[in-house]
Order: sequence, then structure tokens, then C-alpha cells
Amino acid sequence: MAGSNPNAKPMNLTLKVWRQKNRVSEGGIVDYKVKDISPDMSFLEMLDVLNEDLLRQGQEPVAFDHDCREGICGSCNLFINGRAHGPEQGTTTCQLHMRKFSDGDTITIEPWRAAAFPINKDLSVDRSAFDRIIQAGGYVSINTGGTPDANEIPIPKDIADRAFEAATCIGCGACVAACKNASAMLFVSAKVSQLALLPQGHVERKTRVENMVAQMDLEGFGACTNIGSCAAECPVGISLENIAILNQEFLSAKATSNNLA
Amino acid sequence: MSWISKTLTSSIGRKIVMATTGLFLCSFLVVHLLINLQLLRHDGGASFNFWAEFMGTNPVIRFMEIVLMLGFAVHIYQGLALAYHNKKARGAQGYVVNHSEQNSQWSSRNMALLGTLLLIFLIIHLMNFWVRSRFDAFGGLAMVKVPNMDHPVGDLYSVAAASFKIPWYVALYAVAQIALGYHLWHGFRSGFQTLGLKHPKYTPAVYYTGYAFSVVISVLFALVPIVMFFDDQYQPRPATGQTVEQSLTEEPAVLR
Amino acid sequence: MVLDSKLPEGPIAEKWEKHKFNVKLVNPSNKRKYDIIVVGTGLAGASAAASLAELGYNVKAFTYHDSPRRAHSIAAQGGINAAKNYQNDGDSIYRLFYDTVKGGDYRSREANVYRLAQVSVNIIDQCVAQGVPFAREYGGLLANRSFGGAQVSRTFYARGQTGQQLLLGAYSALSRQVAYGKVKLYTRSEMLDLVTVDGQARGIITRNLLTGEIEQHAAHAVVLATGGYGNVFFLSTNAMYCNATAAWRAHKKGAYFANPCFTQIHPTCIPVSGDYQSKLTLMSESLRNDGRVWVPATKETAERLRKGEIDVNDIQEDDRDYFLERKYPAFGNLVPRDVASRNAKQMCDEGKGVGSTGLAVYLDFADVIKRTSAEAVSQKYGNLFDMYAKITGENPYERPMRIYPAVHYTMGGLWVDYNLQTTVKGLYATGECNFSDHGANRLGASALMQGLADGYFVIPYTIGDYLASTPPKPVTTEDPAFAEATAAVQARVQQMMSINGTRTPDDFHKKLGNLMWEYCGMSRNAEGLRFAKQEIAKLRQEFWSDLKLAGTETEMNQALEKAGRVADFLELGELMVDDALDRNESCGGHFREEYQTPEGEALRNDDDYAYVAAWEYMGDNQPEKLNKEELTFENVKLTQRSYK
Ligand SMILES: Cc1cc2nc3c(=O)[nH]c(=O)nc-3n(C[C@H](O)[C@H](O)[C@H](O)COP(=O)(O)OP(=O)(O)OC[C@H]3O[C@@H](n4cnc5c(N)ncnc54)[C@H](O)[C@@H]3O)c2cc1C
Ligand code: HEM
Ligand code: SF4
Ligand code: FES
Repeated sequence: MAGSNPNAKPMNLTLKVWRQKNRVSEGGIVDYKVKDISPDMSFLEMLDVLNEDLLRQGQEPVAFDHDCREGICGSCNLFINGRAHGPEQGTTTCQLHMRKFSDGDTITIEPWRAAAFPINKDLSVDRSAFDRIIQAGGYVSINTGGTPDANEIPIPKDIADRAFEAATCIGCGACVAACKNASAMLFVSAKVSQLALLPQGHVERKTRVENMVAQMDLEGFGACTNIGSCAAECPVGISLENIAILNQEFLSAKATSNNLA
Repeated sequence: MSWISKTLTSSIGRKIVMATTGLFLCSFLVVHLLINLQLLRHDGGASFNFWAEFMGTNPVIRFMEIVLMLGFAVHIYQGLALAYHNKKARGAQGYVVNHSEQNSQWSSRNMALLGTLLLIFLIIHLMNFWVRSRFDAFGGLAMVKVPNMDHPVGDLYSVAAASFKIPWYVALYAVAQIALGYHLWHGFRSGFQTLGLKHPKYTPAVYYTGYAFSVVISVLFALVPIVMFFDDQYQPRPATGQTVEQSLTEEPAVLR
Repeated sequence: MVLDSKLPEGPIAEKWEKHKFNVKLVNPSNKRKYDIIVVGTGLAGASAAASLAELGYNVKAFTYHDSPRRAHSIAAQGGINAAKNYQNDGDSIYRLFYDTVKGGDYRSREANVYRLAQVSVNIIDQCVAQGVPFAREYGGLLANRSFGGAQVSRTFYARGQTGQQLLLGAYSALSRQVAYGKVKLYTRSEMLDLVTVDGQARGIITRNLLTGEIEQHAAHAVVLATGGYGNVFFLSTNAMYCNATAAWRAHKKGAYFANPCFTQIHPTCIPVSGDYQSKLTLMSESLRNDGRVWVPATKETAERLRKGEIDVNDIQEDDRDYFLERKYPAFGNLVPRDVASRNAKQMCDEGKGVGSTGLAVYLDFADVIKRTSAEAVSQKYGNLFDMYAKITGENPYERPMRIYPAVHYTMGGLWVDYNLQTTVKGLYATGECNFSDHGANRLGASALMQGLADGYFVIPYTIGDYLASTPPKPVTTEDPAFAEATAAVQARVQQMMSINGTRTPDDFHKKLGNLMWEYCGMSRNAEGLRFAKQEIAKLRQEFWSDLKLAGTETEMNQALEKAGRVADFLELGELMVDDALDRNESCGGHFREEYQTPEGEALRNDDDYAYVAAWEYMGDNQPEKLNKEELTFENVKLTQRSYK
């Protein structure tokens, strides 16, 4: 049994890693070898091993984003062997473990690629476009204080549960990375439908969806053609139903809002 | 009216245009197919010619034809524009290794390619049938007299029967139907998704209808030229310059 | 300097109301003339930045993350406490207050804790209004669960992702203010120093983590909401980037550091699997509601189990020791964290530990699965079970989880008064960054509560008191103090870059972590602490002579970032040891082996140690000076904590 098995056989791997000095420079794949990788290691711990080796040799470690290593902060974002977050479904890069690979494997590691996600360095990309989309309307406009008692608005459990499911998006960007169109619809739809489902979000329902979609387009994301790669690669299982809800919200907002601009 | 143009040029707006035109085109396909199936009747093309005349002259249908043309134009323009925008959004540098086949269907990823195939076919197809039937300058049609019609009508049947004896044309037609099948395999359900019509109770039905629709439509469309190619029964009438009388019951005169 | 905690007069239930009336106000049209820097966008920072901006102040918010939403608060799993008494089970503000003071082993300030309990109810209202999707009952009302250290159900939750949902709520409020232009957001910006002018906090120095640029920012007041320092131990449940730099830099500029040795070891974490381990993963305390903790009843069975001669599922009921249920019948598996952790360690020390290392105990769900169903359990804890399975490769529905204590939270932090102001005027600390409300041990689901209380409902009132006495003149970075601080930061960065030794930042960090865990971890003794102090000093010297970095400082350089954090940990670690040595008693998370009851429980010494130890920086290589804030308890009676 892994985890409890100290005799799990260590692996030797070849890594093909995208290296790129900064936003404007050209990048390319560089080959590295790593040895004695335990199957119980996480993928990022395997990269730690590589980076420690590189640094000891006076070479620059591979830059990549990560933080919680628990699958919740949404920082980690590697495109591993042609898949966003690697081969295991419903799993962030940091929760991917080396037992999913075998001795002798070659693993290609690339950054998220999308015009709206410029590369900072190596495997680290700039996902601030997501923040700007939320700033465009991903909130309920209430100030601190003066709110009614929390139990004043009962919310049917199934609605609350669905809103919760949508709200679990970790903002990792795998949906954009995996999408042929680099569309951010799954991300945007998760927030829009969370707030469209809940009564708290109803007041600003129309302006929210109008503004968030406008910002999404401005950032240069592509348009959704319902391919479904996003939901298949989403580590937390945000469903395509949310995109349908977004489309509906958008259509009815556009048809009925007082916004003539 | 800037809100309208803004809506229609937004990413979702474009999609909604694609979906409405696409689904509208689906309804057109049904009508088109029903008429095509008349070709297979053993009546020397009388039924087919009757309906072809009806479609060509009925004012409502003529109006719908304009809508249809617009629908095609918009669908095609928007489809290609979308493909261009989306390619740009993907960025200049592509993935070195990408296994999108592990997360999505081939047809879903290749709608623009499939659409372009359809477009090429469509141009050839229109040149051959529609242009010929409408504009005498491009060949015109022989005239036949069919039952239930008080005047002679163009013999489009013979054009079809002649075309479907040309191997490359039949092959092209069949291949185009494969493309159509794949286009619809994704397109049908996708159109519903785009319009926000998703519900755990009904969506499975939409999916299965879409799959059945795409298979049935494309197979039947393809079947017509293939049958007519292999079956000697279906032959064009030689252009005699005279109006031939046809009846619905009469076995066709086999011309050798 | 005498520590003045500025506690308001009067009965405890009225203190906060009175205080709110007595603090000076900034008139609405003047608010926009004040700039406030908020460092950190976790629960404490994002809620503060949003609320202050709503009031009209100009806020600059900083985070080293690429987005405010990634702050470590996102990882909190179990829930947030509030004295709503929705369950009609006898909860009240007073009970929450009482439980928290008792849970903290009587080392926190009564007035602060009471205020926390008071505003806890507003937090839930606020979050629900923001659209935070808390768990609900079928009738549509909010659901609650129970948590360690309490006998009522007062914990609000969103499956196993409460922190995520609360942070996204605060992040949305912050985002709204960013859109209004009231908050200017600086992401991937790390604060590397505090700037003080005439003893008042007037700005910060940051490094742009993408370009390496050193930048200056001025403001009328600075709020630090930079989280805890659990990563001193290298392995902890904290996120990889969590660090003490902001707090430590502020400490060196005059802010006292309080109770640094009070660290919380969480009993239910996934055990270490190898020396490549980079962090530890928490399995939420809420699991102890349904999971039963046990080890094999005898050493012999445990040994056979470790060798793989028998399987865990072969062990019969009477061959199992449900040690928490046995020793603490009243609270059972729900005893507070320090008690649960220490008992697990004790079992392993006695040779009854399980897993290949022998450093683990079981957390077993067989009973609840039998009583309800696997689906019901999955409904409640699905994501935690999945996480466990992914990390260990074992199925927790079929085999009990293996768990072991790990560093989780730091009760210590910057000393603050009732207004959350540090000993530097105009410098405030909120959330885990300050020392305030949890005494020597934090109860589960109370950190989220405290972070949001500080940010939404305390600092917006108290900061006005200070600003009202500061002229609303624009502040700039022209004061020489800014140039000085910038030069110092640059020099330090360059020094690290130029050592060109042989050892990586992680290498030093791991060594430090081992020392801290071994000698200043779950249990401590004077001898070990003294040894650790020497070793840390040595390690620090080695760091500054043998550090290896690559690349340059004028670009993204994650190893350089890490090195700066490790350098500060190496100083803070020593202070933690000093503090642990000073405190000759056991209380909460601080267990000194010399001071225990005959049953092995923590033995407090209220006569000599009922104080907050607030350490004052005296200059490089000088011993820090201990200042004491005596704690007085007027509303709860100090007793030996008992959960029997
Ligand atoms: C795994 C886990 C589970 C937990 N579960 C619970 C729970 O169920 N209930 C509960 O009540 N508590 C829980 N806690 C504790 C709780 O999550 C934290 O104490 C709390 O979230 C801390 O919030 P904060 O805002 O103070 O700091 P953080 O959320 O850590 O935020 C710190 C912020 O400061 C920024 N920052 C730090 N230093 C700098 C710098 N130098 N320059 C710029 N920016 C800086 C960071 O970027 C970040 O934005 C849990 C903790 C862990 C580790
Ligand atoms: C018989 C003809 C056609 C029919 C019935 C048809 C039908 C459809 C339908 C139903 C969709 C799905 C719309 C949606 O997802 O919202 C679609 C999408 C698409 N079509 Fe067609 N189409 C036809 C011809 C064409 C042609 C000639 C092109 C030419 C380029 C084309 C290009 C596209 C593209 C690119 C898409 C994908 C865009 C998207 O999914 O939004 N189609 N089509
Ligand atoms: S929708 Fe899924 S894939 Fe996209 S950002 Fe959110 S969590 Fe990541
Ligand atoms: S590092 Fe946080 S989700 Fe992977």
C-alpha cells in the first residue's frame, strides 16, 4: 500500500520543461533527468528535487506557482503531458502524486498557454485577468454592517448546495488552459451562477452578468464553443451546467436590462 | 441601437447567433431531406419534381429561402469569425504536447474544419442544383408535366440522377455527409447549451435526439446519391426540348 | 515602555459598546484624505481593506500572491464559530467567550475575547449577505456542526471548504472596492520593511516579485494582516509561502512580539511519508465528530502491525485502545487540540504508534459508516476523504485514516492593545499576525472568526481613533527614513545574492524545522531548549556564510524570496526558544515536560505566569527584552482545564 510502503520502488524520469526567461523572451523545452523519485512524492515535491539539484549546481531553478499544496488555493498550474494539471481527473497539480507515473517515463511540463495569460517566467503565468473579471461584478454590493440576520432569508438546501458547488472554483485557470478557444466561460459562469442561484445575488443580477462578460471579452479570452475540455479538466468539477446558466443570464439580461450602452 | 450590436458581437452574443442560425439550419435540413427522399420513389422523379417546383414557387417558401440564405451567410461568417478570434485567444505559442483527445470529442474541437468542408461542398452543390434551377443562363432545366400541377415544371430530377452517376460527385456528397454528421453530432446539443437550455430532466433527451438526428440525417442524405448511383432504375431523361408527361403511378419509362 | 492594553472600563459586556462611543471619529469628508496600507489579503486583510475603503479611506492592499484570493485563509476547512444559538442548545455570547478563554488555557485577554464573541454573530450575517453559501438544513436555515473544546453546535461551515468560501466573500468585497478605485491592489509585492517616521508607522518597502524592483509606499497608517509563522517548523499545515517576514521586520522596527512560543499542534494531519515531504496536510478537526481515535492496545500488536504481519482490519475491538474516549469520557474524541495531540504523541512514544514510521494513530470511521452509510459520510466529508486518498493512496472508507499531530497555527504574534494597535503608533496587526485572542491554545473554528472580526468589525472603528489625531496632510516617501529603509533592504538582498556558498535556502529551512520540532514542538524541556538556541545561532551563521542562490535579484527569483524568509525564521526561531524557556509552566500548546500533573496534563502556574510575554527588540545580536502584560481575570475563574 502506498503511503505506508517504504519499499515502493524509486523512479528515474526524464523531464522536458518549458524554460522562458521572462515575458518577452523566447522560450523552449529543456531536458532534465531526476533520479530516485519516490512514488509517494507529490508532483511538486518531484520538482522541488529538480530545483534543489539545479540550485546546488548554480543553475536557476524552474519558476512555478504553488502555495497551499492541498488543492484549494488555485496557485499551481502545470500542463503535464498535454493535460492541464496532468493525467488524473479532478486533481490539481499539487495533489497529483508520482505513483501515477512509472519508472523511465518522460514527462513534458509546460505553462498554461493563452493570450490572456502571459508567461512571467518558466512555468509561472499571469492570471490577473481573472481578478479583473471578478472586479467587474463578481460580488454582492453591500457594505460591512447593517445586514439582516443570517437566517432571515431561508434558502432551499438544493439551491444552496448548487450555489456552493459553483462557488468552489479555485480560480486556477485550467479551464482556459485546456480550452481550444482559451475561453474563460467556465470560470466566469461559476461565479455568475453562484450569485444567480442565491437570492442575495438577484438585485444585481443583470448588471453583473453584463459587466463580467464584457470584461471577459476585453481580456482577450476566446468564445466558448461547448467543447467541454474545461469541465473535463477542472480539478473541482465545476459543471457545464453553469455555462448554460451564464448564457441564459446573459441573454435575459441583454434583452431586459435598462442598459442601452 | 448600439446595445444590440454590442450584444451580438460579444462572445456570448456571437454564440447565440451561431446557435439560432445553426438550429434553424437543422430544421431546413429536415425539409431538404424529405424532398431528397422523393428521389428514391419509383416514379421517374414526378414527386420530386413536384416538390421542387413547389419549393421554387410558393411565396412563403421563397421568403423562407431568403431567410435561409441569410441564415447560412450569418452562420458561416460568424463561424469563421469565431474560429479566427478563438485562435487568437489561444496565443502565439501553442502547446508542445497537447492531448485534448483525452478531454473532449474530436467533432467538438473541429467544428470550423467541418463547417469549412460543408462550405466547400455547399458551393459546389449550389452551383450544380440551385443555380441551375433558378438561372437559365447556367444551363436551365428540361420541362416536365407532373400530376397536380397545371403547368409544366423543371426536371430537376434528371439533374440529380445525372449528377449521381458521376463517381467523384457521389463520393464528394457522401464525404460531405460525414462532415455534416460530425458537425451535427456536436452542433445539435451545443446549440441548446448555448441558448442556456440545460436541465437535468431534459438535457439527456436533447443529447440523444442530437446524436440520433445527426446520424439519421447524414446517413439518409448520403443514401440517396449512393442508391441512385448503384441502381440503374434511376436515370436522367435525355434533354429532348419537349415537355414530357409524368404520372405518379406509372413506372418510369426505362430509356436505353 | 509600559504596556498599555487600553482596556475600556466597565462591565465586560458593555466595554466594546462604550469604547465605540468613546473613540474619536474621522468626519466623513476627511476620510478620503487618509491613506491606509493593508498588508495581506487573507480573511483579516481583505475584510479590513474592503471595510476601510467602504468608509472612504484610500487603501493600498499588498500581497505576495498573484491574487488576493490565494491567501492561506483559503485552506481553512472546518468552519467558523458564532454565538448565534440557532440550535437552541444553550449557546450564548458568554458561553463562547467562556469556552475560548478556557480553551486558551487562561492566557488571553478577557475583554478582547468577549468582544470577539459579541461580533461573531455579525460576521455570519455579513457573510451570508455577501452570498457565502454556508451549509443549510432542508428547511432552508443555516446548519451547524460541533467542534473540539465545545459542547454546543455553533460552527458554521461550507462542507470542508469554509475558509475558501469566507475568503472568496471577503475577496469579492475587496474586488468591489478595487473596481471603485478605493483600493489599489499590489499583487506579487512582498513587504520587506516597515518605515517609521518619528516613531510612527508611515509606510512600507516592498519588492516586486516579478521585476525585483524595490518600491516605497507611504500612508497615514499601516495594518499588518500577514498571517502566522508556523512555517518556522518547515513542515506544517501552512501553505508553502506563509512566513513571518512582515511581522518580524515590524518587530525589528519597534513592535513587540508576544508569546512567540505559543504554537498549536493539530492532532489530525496526514503523517510524514518521507524526507522529501514539503508540507503536511490537515484533516479537518470536524472529522473528530464522527471518527474515533485509537491505537492497538498493546505494543506487541502495534509492532506486528508495523511489520505488516497483521492488517489493521484484523485487530479486534478489545485489542484496540480508544484512548481519548477512555481518558476523557465527557469530551471523548472532541477534546481540545493540544490535549488530543499530546495524547497521540504519548501513545506513539509508548510504542503503540502505527504506520511504517510508528508515528501515527488511527482515526476510524467504520462505526459511523455502519451507523449511517458511506454516502452520508461522503456528503459530510467527501472532499477530505478524497484528499486523503490522493495523498496516501489508501481508501479511508475501507481502512482507518492514519493521522499524526503537526504544526498548524501560531497563537503568538505581534502584541496589540484593545485597538489592535502594536507598540508602534499607527501600526496595527490583525488576524493570525497578532497575538490577541487565543491565549495559549486556539479552539477550532475560531481563527476565521477572529480574522473576520478584526477586519470587518474592529479595525474600522479603532483605526479612526488614531487617524483623528493625525493631521490629514498628504504623506509622501520623501522623508529620509524611506531612503534609509530602501537602502537597507537592497543591501540585504544583495548580500544574500553575493554569498555564493553551497547550501540552498530549503536546506537551512529544513535544519531549522527539525530543531524547532524536536526541541520546541509538542513538548519542551529546558535542556533541549538551551541546546536548540545554540544550534539555531550556529545555523544562522552558516546561512549568512554558505547560502547558495542563482539568477539575479532584478527578476523573478523564487529562491531569493525563500532565502529572505528563512533568514527571518532563523531569528524568530531563537526568540520562540527564549520565550519557551522563560515560561516555566505548561499551558495550552506550550507543554514543558518539567511542569505536568501526575496524570501527565499541563500544569499551569497562574501565580507567576498569568502574563503576556511581549518581547522587545534591542538591536542586532542583543538579547531581547521581556515586557509583561499582566492578565487579570474578572469574569472567568481560573481552573485546571478538565475535559474528563
Ligand atoms: C489547513 C488549515 C486549516 C484551517 N482550518 C481552520 C478552520 O476550520 N477554522 C478556523 O477558524 N481556522 C482554521 N485555520 C486557521 C486559519 O485559516 C488562519 O489562522 C487564518 O485564515 C489566517 O488568516 P489571516 O488573514 O490572518 O492570514 P492569511 O490568510 O495567512 O493571509 C496572509 C496574507 O498576507 C500576505 N502576506 C504575508 N506576508 C506578506 C508580506 N511580507 N508582504 C506582502 N504580503 C504578505 C499574504 O500574501 C496573504 O495575503 C486553518 C489553518 C490551516 C493551516
Ligand atoms: C447544413 C448546414 C449547417 C448546419 C445545420 C449547422 C448547424 C450548426 C449548429 C447547430 C451549430 C451549433 C451552434 C452552437 O453551438 O451554438 C453549429 C456550429 C458551428 N457551425 Fe454550423 N451548421 C451548418 C453549416 C456550417 C457551415 C457551412 C459552416 C462554415 C464555416 C459552419 C460553421 C460552424 C462553426 C464554426 C460552428 C461552431 C461554433 C459554435 O459552436 O459556436 N456551419 N452549426
Ligand atoms: S472553473 Fe475549474 S478549471 Fe476553471 S478556474 Fe475554476 S476551478 Fe479552475
Ligand atoms: S498549490 Fe494550492 S491548489 Fe495546488
